[in-house]
Amino acid sequence: MESNKGLTKVDLIFEKVDAREALTKAFKMTNDEIIQQILESGLKGRGGAGFPTGLKWKYTAAEKEPVKYIVCNADEGEPGTFKDREILDRVAYKVYGGMAIAGKAINAKEGIVYLRGEYRFLLPKLMKELETFHKMIGEIGFDFRIKYCLGSGAYICGEESALFESIQGERGEPRNKPPYPTTSGVYGKPTSINNVETLVTAMMIIQHGAKRYTQLGTKDSRGSKVFSVSGDTPTPGIFELELGMSVQNFVTEFGDGDTKAVQVGGASGFCVPRKKFNETIIGFEGVPTGGSMKLFNSSRSMYNVLHNYLDFFAEESCGQCTPCRVGCQQLLKGVEKVKKGEAKSTYLNELTKLADTMKIASKCGLGQSVGNAFKSIVENFREEIIY
Amino acid sequence: MYQVGNLVKELSEKHGRKRDSLMPILQGIVERHNYLTDEAMVEVAKELDISAAEVYGTASFYTFLDTSVRGKYVIRVCKTITCSMKGKADILQTIEDVLKIKVGETTSDKMFSLIETNCIGWCHKAPAILINEIPYTELTVEKVVEIIKDYMHK
Repeated sequence: MESNKGLTKVDLIFEKVDAREALTKAFKMTNDEIIQQILESGLKGRGGAGFPTGLKWKYTAAEKEPVKYIVCNADEGEPGTFKDREILDRVAYKVYGGMAIAGKAINAKEGIVYLRGEYRFLLPKLMKELETFHKMIGEIGFDFRIKYCLGSGAYICGEESALFESIQGERGEPRNKPPYPTTSGVYGKPTSINNVETLVTAMMIIQHGAKRYTQLGTKDSRGSKVFSVSGDTPTPGIFELELGMSVQNFVTEFGDGDTKAVQVGGASGFCVPRKKFNETIIGFEGVPTGGSMKLFNSSRSMYNVLHNYLDFFAEESCGQCTPCRVGCQQLLKGVEKVKKGEAKSTYLNELTKLADTMKIASKCGLGQSVGNAFKSIVENFREEIIY
Repeated sequence: MYQVGNLVKELSEKHGRKRDSLMPILQGIVERHNYLTDEAMVEVAKELDISAAEVYGTASFYTFLDTSVRGKYVIRVCKTITCSMKGKADILQTIEDVLKIKVGETTSDKMFSLIETNCIGWCHKAPAILINEIPYTELTVEKVVEIIKDYMHK
């Protein structure tokens, strides 16, 4: 592991750029040149899962289908994440720009932004900006149109295949994989689905070149990332930081002096206790995150935190597969029983086994990641769960 | 109860009559009438030529596509961890007191419904609520009373 790089603020995502100039440059590049730049940059998806963006584009580009789609995942529902709203609010033209570039790279003429229903208030402004954007890319020569689909309050629709189902007017239930979206995505067509921030980053990589981007971050986590900071901090908000810092670096900057734990990656992420702040790197080599960073100080009960997350998952599980549907409810009931003294503390070991089973047997990322928060909280704050 | 036939026709003209028109049509009805009645869902099923069960099956999956009675203003109080840490309980209690209803209920004049919701993406400005689609953030008890009173006089 590379040593941590400390905390450095970066201004890439919100940096003002001349969109016409950037897109004119991209328009003159070949599909392969665009994909090669993104591959070289080492960019990994910014929604949390971290799949290499260049590969996603390469696979989708290789498909022979005449109709393909670029989908922008703006169904930001992970507790503690609010960066995509801010990005859309401040630099929507760069999101659209990233989509147009991706469209050119994979040879897609249609883009769809799936915006969570909770952000519907932004839509009139976003549509207006889209109109201006369409006009501009038309003048440059792009044959690409973007439309919006609205979500209606379902966390699971952030899962890519559930999101496709929702666009198609169905219940947002994840599909079996394979086939992966690059071969069969929305409407069964090859689809590159990328997070809001990923698309903006891709546009900036094309603008500045992959070389400059690789100077940021570490071997496993290239570049910078927008973090959503909340909880017990004097400075909650949105911060773009270079990847590769330790949780300790982060806490030194954002903590209130009494931070006992940081939940990295939201309800589906990991809880890092104080004793591991120094050794834990924020990034794909340590704890990955879609940007959600929640700080808890010593006045907080980690039982309440865990209970809140489990309650969230029990409600948001789509109910399609048994391990997740039943597992979420049983974990929730289980910790309640232990807390009330209705079950012995050793029952937590049984629940941990259940969380492991959910990781193996659940159909999608939701059920597979419930165990992350559960295990990291139970392991590190066992006494707070029991007493 | 509301007359929905014309609205469903109007929305179908706008969004089309394919399966992927279903969500925008249902969202359009909720935007206008706050929730989906059985009649509305049957009407949509006829218009799109799919079964009413398909319409209900889809609608009932999404928390914002309510199938039970909702008031003109639906207040959604975020209950996820940061809002919960930053005073959500007081905000909820205050709204309950002002409107004289409990969570999950609708005022008898059908003006307000009060429900809890999961993370709405305003953790850095917690506690937060949505009233229909409009977010209100960094709430205090005083602020939320003022906001609700404003809506009462709208």
